[in-house]
Amino acid sequence: MQRDQSNPAPAIELIDICKSFGPVRANRDVSLRVEAGTIHGIVGENGAGKSTLMNILYGHYQADSGEMQVAGKQVSLRSSADAISLGIGMVHQHFMLVSNMTVLENVMLGSEGGPLLRTGKRETLNTLKKLADDYGMEVDADAVIADLPVGTRQRVEIIKAIKGGARILILDEPTGVLTPGEADKLFEVLKALQRNGVTVLLITHKLDEIMAITDAVSVMRHGEIVGHRRTEDTSPAELARLMVGRDVLLSVDRGAAVPGEVLLEVSGLACTSSRGRQVLSDISFNVRSGEVFGIAGVSGNGQTELLEVIAGMRKFEVGSVSLLGDTITPGAAKTPAQIRDMQIAHIPEDRHQFGLILSFDAKGNAILGYHKSADYGSGYFLDEDAVATHCTRLMSDHDVRPDNPALIARNFSGGNQQKLVIARETDTDPKILIVGQPTRGVDVGAIEFIHRQLLALRDAGCAILLVSAELDEIIGLSDRIMVMNGGRQMGILESADADRNRLGTMMAGIAEAATP
Amino acid sequence: MSDFAFQFLLTLDATLRVATPLILCAMAGIFSERSGIIDISLEGKLLMGAFVAATVASLTDSVWLGVICAIASCVVLALIHGFACITHRGNQVVSGLAINMLASGLTVTVGIALFRQGGQTPPLGNTERFRPVEWWFVETFDSIPGFGAIYRELISNHNILVYLALVMVPATALLLYKTRFGLRLRAVGEVPEAVDSAGVSVTWLRYRAVILTGLFCGLAGAYLSTAQGAGFVREMSAGKGYIALAAVIFGNWRPLPVLLACLLFGFLEAASARLQGVDIPLIGEAPTQLMLALPYIMTVLLLAGFVGRSTPPSAIGEPYQK
Amino acid sequence: MTPAPPLPRWADIFVLPLINLMVALVVCGLIVLALGENPFVAVAVMIKGAFIYPGSLGYTLYYTTNFIFTGLAVAVASHAMMFNIGGEGQAYMGGLGAGLVALWLAPMAPLVLVIPVAILAAALFGAVWGLIPGYLQAYRGSHIVITTIMFNFIASAVMVWLLAGALMQPGQQSPHTAQFAVSGQMPKLHDMLNALSFNVAASPLNLSFPLALAALLGFWVLIWKTRIGYEIRAVGQNPKAAHYAGINVPLVIVFALAVSGACAGLMATNEILGVQHRVVLNFTSGYGFAGIAIALMGRNHPIGIFFASLLFGALYQGGAELDFEFQSITREIVLLIQGMIVLFSGALAYMFSAPLARLLARLTVRSEAAEGEA
Repeated sequence: MQRDQSNPAPAIELIDICKSFGPVRANRDVSLRVEAGTIHGIVGENGAGKSTLMNILYGHYQADSGEMQVAGKQVSLRSSADAISLGIGMVHQHFMLVSNMTVLENVMLGSEGGPLLRTGKRETLNTLKKLADDYGMEVDADAVIADLPVGTRQRVEIIKAIKGGARILILDEPTGVLTPGEADKLFEVLKALQRNGVTVLLITHKLDEIMAITDAVSVMRHGEIVGHRRTEDTSPAELARLMVGRDVLLSVDRGAAVPGEVLLEVSGLACTSSRGRQVLSDISFNVRSGEVFGIAGVSGNGQTELLEVIAGMRKFEVGSVSLLGDTITPGAAKTPAQIRDMQIAHIPEDRHQFGLILSFDAKGNAILGYHKSADYGSGYFLDEDAVATHCTRLMSDHDVRPDNPALIARNFSGGNQQKLVIARETDTDPKILIVGQPTRGVDVGAIEFIHRQLLALRDAGCAILLVSAELDEIIGLSDRIMVMNGGRQMGILESADADRNRLGTMMAGIAEAATP
Repeated sequence: MSDFAFQFLLTLDATLRVATPLILCAMAGIFSERSGIIDISLEGKLLMGAFVAATVASLTDSVWLGVICAIASCVVLALIHGFACITHRGNQVVSGLAINMLASGLTVTVGIALFRQGGQTPPLGNTERFRPVEWWFVETFDSIPGFGAIYRELISNHNILVYLALVMVPATALLLYKTRFGLRLRAVGEVPEAVDSAGVSVTWLRYRAVILTGLFCGLAGAYLSTAQGAGFVREMSAGKGYIALAAVIFGNWRPLPVLLACLLFGFLEAASARLQGVDIPLIGEAPTQLMLALPYIMTVLLLAGFVGRSTPPSAIGEPYQK
Repeated sequence: MTPAPPLPRWADIFVLPLINLMVALVVCGLIVLALGENPFVAVAVMIKGAFIYPGSLGYTLYYTTNFIFTGLAVAVASHAMMFNIGGEGQAYMGGLGAGLVALWLAPMAPLVLVIPVAILAAALFGAVWGLIPGYLQAYRGSHIVITTIMFNFIASAVMVWLLAGALMQPGQQSPHTAQFAVSGQMPKLHDMLNALSFNVAASPLNLSFPLALAALLGFWVLIWKTRIGYEIRAVGQNPKAAHYAGINVPLVIVFALAVSGACAGLMATNEILGVQHRVVLNFTSGYGFAGIAIALMGRNHPIGIFFASLLFGALYQGGAELDFEFQSITREIVLLIQGMIVLFSGALAYMFSAPLARLLARLTVRSEAAEGEA
């Protein structure tokens, strides 16, 4: 053995792991060392490659290249069964629980202890009791999952993961669905596990959690690890910077805004998700003509829902949204079509899911949402020539390449897809523009082009509401910035007062008094 | 015993006979659907099973060989369904339709080629089919008023497949709820990811489920042509596979409620046959067509949430991909 | 195994469906062989029976007409990603609509009035029978497949009830209506052509055939040339984006199913108004289900649907000829062919996709290498 005995082998060591899905490189040369018996955090934005990495660790995906060692031994995992036999357990972000079965049945699944359930049941009940004693994880074995609160369901997931004596536990975004109280209980359990020698890998985008319970933290961005820190040596602001930072700095010169009248006003807005979780609470702000109002925050803190409410795509329960003086309340809602008819344009966060129909050609996408306009035909009919002409003009005005209206949307690069969406939404001279992640997955050249377009629109008097996970983008484009955390607003800053540190602190959930 | 009571007893007796293929087919459907594979090809498998059972019984003089071959043929069809839906992640409804059409075409074509009787098999003799089993003490109990008739008509005097079907219901329930296989089967139709992440193969589990479906369909088919009938007739399944599917939905994919649905649907059919052309006081002529359509109407109402609530296995119809 | 390279578009549109069709036919040929007959002779007999004997083309096109309508019934809904397997019941109800109008109106009105009204009624009744499952899917969350299956059986029960009851021909015991008056009968094409002094053999081919061709054209216009067609395709391809675009997704689904049902209902113009001249039991006899095979083979495109319908028309008509020529195989073999086509062109549609893509990729590499060396 070459290894120094005083320095025990790390629980996990990854060396140069790469994984691609088609053209998407989800993990690039990821190297990671997790010391045994520690709680190690992995932070990063949505899509930074954290979940892919964990699924590789759990044998669910196979890496394209790279090396993996568990407790000092080189391993190659071909299935989750391999991972389980190596003592790796995983708690998935989306619970792998069968909701119409009991806790006991869920825990037994995969290790029933024989062809008949009866024999394994007793053994599993004993395990449940032991885990309850050791870690304080009490659960009612006969309760049906669907009847349990989310926190208890997660506890069942943890029990499933460690029941066979797992020494390494991976948790993927474990607190995303928990109440603060439930999250505290979870952390107690994790600490108890750590005391018993279990190594915990915690994946999250919540910085306060990292600070609260981890020993070390690795930051991922765009499929790469961009930094390792000992938790005691870092700060939420530094981590936030690492997470959202971008190497290429903005080079757009922004003239002073000339804000006019208020065109968009949100007051006291609250909204719950279809699963009953509070996703927005007490949101109030306004956007004036000729200004960019930016919303900063780590993804998943209510920004998506806020945009959807304003665009008419999501119902809300409390408060009101006033668009161009027209007030929308839960009782007097408007459809997306009605809102678009008011010259309010919407560039959705996810162009693949919402903004485009990938199997349609470019000209079919160029009229999405505007397909009823008299410009593109008369009566019930669409005039294909008019649509093609329109699309060709959009493509040349907005530098969409290749400028072929008949090309299927899927076959454009991400940047050109986005330019097509932006072209469509800005071509109507909107009075209000709702923009989500305008440059996500877009190459550097296109980013600058898109930023110039947004600012030109602002200068023409449009009120722009901008959501972006890229802090630089928010700072570079916005005249005022609101920070969101956990579905609440943490404060509104004038752009002159906003710097990365201040915003990072607020994004991490530390509120500041709102400036009027 | 009054005449009405006796008529009612005979209707119940007929109900059991009519419901038997429904019960076997519905149990078959439970296995496939609980594993997450929609099976609208119960109908085709039933037809194929009926044809093969009668053909083999007729050619070999052995009804048991007929049953075994019927089961084998249905398992083959089930494996084709599995190959399309599990291995190639094809559309489960399309695959089921294809199997129904194949069964229609194959049974008639091969039937004509073999027997030259327009798609029928020759009528089966006594050794080539299942005969009713008379139980002990029928004569003795006859003297007991009421119970004697019930014992003779309803309990005794059915063929072995009727009893087998009734035994298969608790057997299915036990398999589903008390065994490792059943636990995994129920899980794979709800959250296949959970099964996969527990280190169990989703593919192999689902294949085993569709094989069981084939097995039960084979029994149901054999019943149609060698027990209830005496030979195969073109299209003799006549929508029973779809009624069984309706019963599976109606019984919420659980064996005992599904049994009740089968008995209810069987009763409607038996009663409508008995009431054909009969005038009922106050109502007029018995609405037999309405009674025959009730299983379908009730299923539509249930699915639309107008009565009760239907909760299909949540992963049903979705091909599993990691 | 490494993931297969993407299949080129031309291969996906032409080569793959052709391979699937060929495999289906080869398997059927093997079954014919196993039954002791020569499949090539059988094909020759069928081709003669479908196209060459006098009047046979008329019969082939008459069957083709049915298949076009039921194929369209599946295709329209397919563009909204809805699987309509209720063509059978929708066509059945269409027959009721056409029959009611013909029975009631024909004795007192001329043909030019009766036939258009009867056609509309066929479409309307079919549309209603498609619209209800569409509504239940879009607004109540019922599974369209199950509901349309159930509606087939409900339609069947309704028709038995009516044909053996209120609509049964007085003084008769068989379950069908009285015959329509002459002005309720769709003109036959051979009568019209003979009147124009062309000499054409008699066949059941009637004015429904041009109507079917018009329906194909109408389908093409609806799906690719109108705003509502755009909405149907958008809902089918990406319902979330459709919602974002302000499209009323549930309403579009209901509309698509209604149009589908109307197409199926129009099948009755051929069978009921054109040939039977009365409403009879089970006149749909599986055409509705065959429509699924047609739509799958025809890739939900009017040209594809036309040729698939022609193929099936030829199979039905040519298959009838088998009965005379062979001992062991009959026209029922067509059902088998239909099943194989649905299996290989539908459920296993992509079985050969990855191998084909690899083969093409290898060929391309090889030809590029050859060019490099040259």
